[in-house]
Amino acid sequence: MESIIRIQDVTFEYKRTGSETSAILALDGISLDIEKGSFTAIIGVNGSGKSTLAKNMNGLMLPTGGKVYVNGMDTADESGIWDVRQTIGMVFQNPDNQMVSAVVEDDIAFGPENLGVDPEEIRRRVDMSLQAVGMYDFRKKAPHMLSGGQKQRIAIAGVVAMLPECIVFDEPTAMLDPQGRREVLDIVEKLNKESGKTIVLITHFMDEVANADRIVVMDGGKIVMDGKPQEIFVRSDELKKLGLDVPFAAELACRLRQRGIDIPENIILMDELADHIKEHC
Amino acid sequence: MSIRIENLTHIYNKGLSYETVALDGVSLTIEDKEFVGIIGHTGSGKSTLIQHINGILKPENGRIFINDTDITEKGIKLSDIRKRVGLVFQYPEYQLFEDTVEKDIAFGPSNMGLSPEEVDERVRESMELVGLAYDEFAGRSPFELSGGQKRRVAIAGVIAMRPEVLIMDEPTAGLDPKAHKDIIEMLVKLHKMTECNILLVSHNMEDVAEIVDKIIVMHSGKIFSQGSPAEIYKERDRLLDIGLEVPQAMLFMKKLEDRGISVGKDVMTMDEAVEEIEKLLRKGS
Repeated sequence: MESIIRIQDVTFEYKRTGSETSAILALDGISLDIEKGSFTAIIGVNGSGKSTLAKNMNGLMLPTGGKVYVNGMDTADESGIWDVRQTIGMVFQNPDNQMVSAVVEDDIAFGPENLGVDPEEIRRRVDMSLQAVGMYDFRKKAPHMLSGGQKQRIAIAGVVAMLPECIVFDEPTAMLDPQGRREVLDIVEKLNKESGKTIVLITHFMDEVANADRIVVMDGGKIVMDGKPQEIFVRSDELKKLGLDVPFAAELACRLRQRGIDIPENIILMDELADHIKEHC
Repeated sequence: MSIRIENLTHIYNKGLSYETVALDGVSLTIEDKEFVGIIGHTGSGKSTLIQHINGILKPENGRIFINDTDITEKGIKLSDIRKRVGLVFQYPEYQLFEDTVEKDIAFGPSNMGLSPEEVDERVRESMELVGLAYDEFAGRSPFELSGGQKRRVAIAGVIAMRPEVLIMDEPTAGLDPKAHKDIIEMLVKLHKMTECNILLVSHNMEDVAEIVDKIIVMHSGKIFSQGSPAEIYKERDRLLDIGLEVPQAMLFMKKLEDRGISVGKDVMTMDEAVEEIEKLLRKGS
């Protein structure tokens, strides 16, 4: 498979100004390829380097050491930076920090306008993006009157309107309530499955990553696990040592196995476990 | 301290086309020292409710008694109320502003006109209560701490006022699983040591279930149900109907029931679920 993002032996240091202590090494020799069209989740506790890695993926931050390539373009090469950012869109945690306009559709138009897209095409993209996130009926509303989940969907539409190949989501649901989380997660999955976008999702919620193609676990600026959800979540003891949770069904299956009950290792979702129990009781 | 709320109604943007009835005739009683969880969706009225308890919002209608003092009456000195009812907002770390942890926590008690010695004592005491070692953190900038640590500094700033009622609006929002657990454990310890009332607002019933004395479920500006955690759990299906997130073990039991498997209704925790399912599967094989 072709990779869209290629991260090669990247280190990143935060300099502490006015402090005698040395720089903080946030990324410590990361190598990672993100395949085109894939859905990759990145998990890890606060301070493990997830967000720093995300910001290195589209040149918002440049590596202290090593290289990041987006479709073969070096993110450190200034001449290509706009192509890089248009290829890799980003959605952040707080939707309120991502709104620039008082009307929803103006907000979506902001990105393409800045790219110099012509007005008819902007109109088409705004409508398409709002439909993609299920917010077309809200196009004339003021963003501050919307719920957190709706605002976050508007932020996503703003990125979709730039027609990126890949979207990096940095804890997009952290500030949302359960309903808002579900709304946003449905959109993320739809963008991957239906629109073929490459997705990188950073999150603390383990139930959000059970459907990903691949999970990357970070700790102390390093990648400590990398595999399919089934491969990662059977290692529940190790994940807990890292301060992470395991999805409920994976944890329950693991506890039952410890009691000598045979449950297949690939079960990580509630529905899968419930089906298995039904067959065996 | 006891809190009694009678028939409280609050309307945002009254008279405008988008006026919203945020609280609609809410009545409740919270006993002295009680640890209460307030659960509900965004927009259910949780935050509006708690902002009335220390007088930040004025009700359209209804009365609020704090130890038999009606705080909605004219002439009530709200600064006295706010010394006794501490409110920790959502994302309180955004309110940190001093260049050291110590100064930030000292801000509230200093403004209360306490002596420097007393302020110092309060700072040390509240840092101890939130689990930040004085020697390690007092001189550091709050801005270079981790998310969970920053939040604890902000909480310490409110605790340093020694409130009799401590209200926390979503204190674990946005934290990673470890920091999340730490904050919940801190609350339990805090309640034990200070014996103040704690009102914990959350969308996550999983969090509050095991630690509170009473749960109040809000929905559409009204009290949907209230009682001990065990009483609230009996209403699982009603809670699911309004789309409330219930503890995972409960949700899983529902999935088994939906598949025609009969299970104990009172399964709420992982441990209980393990027991129940082991029984089921052993019986089957």
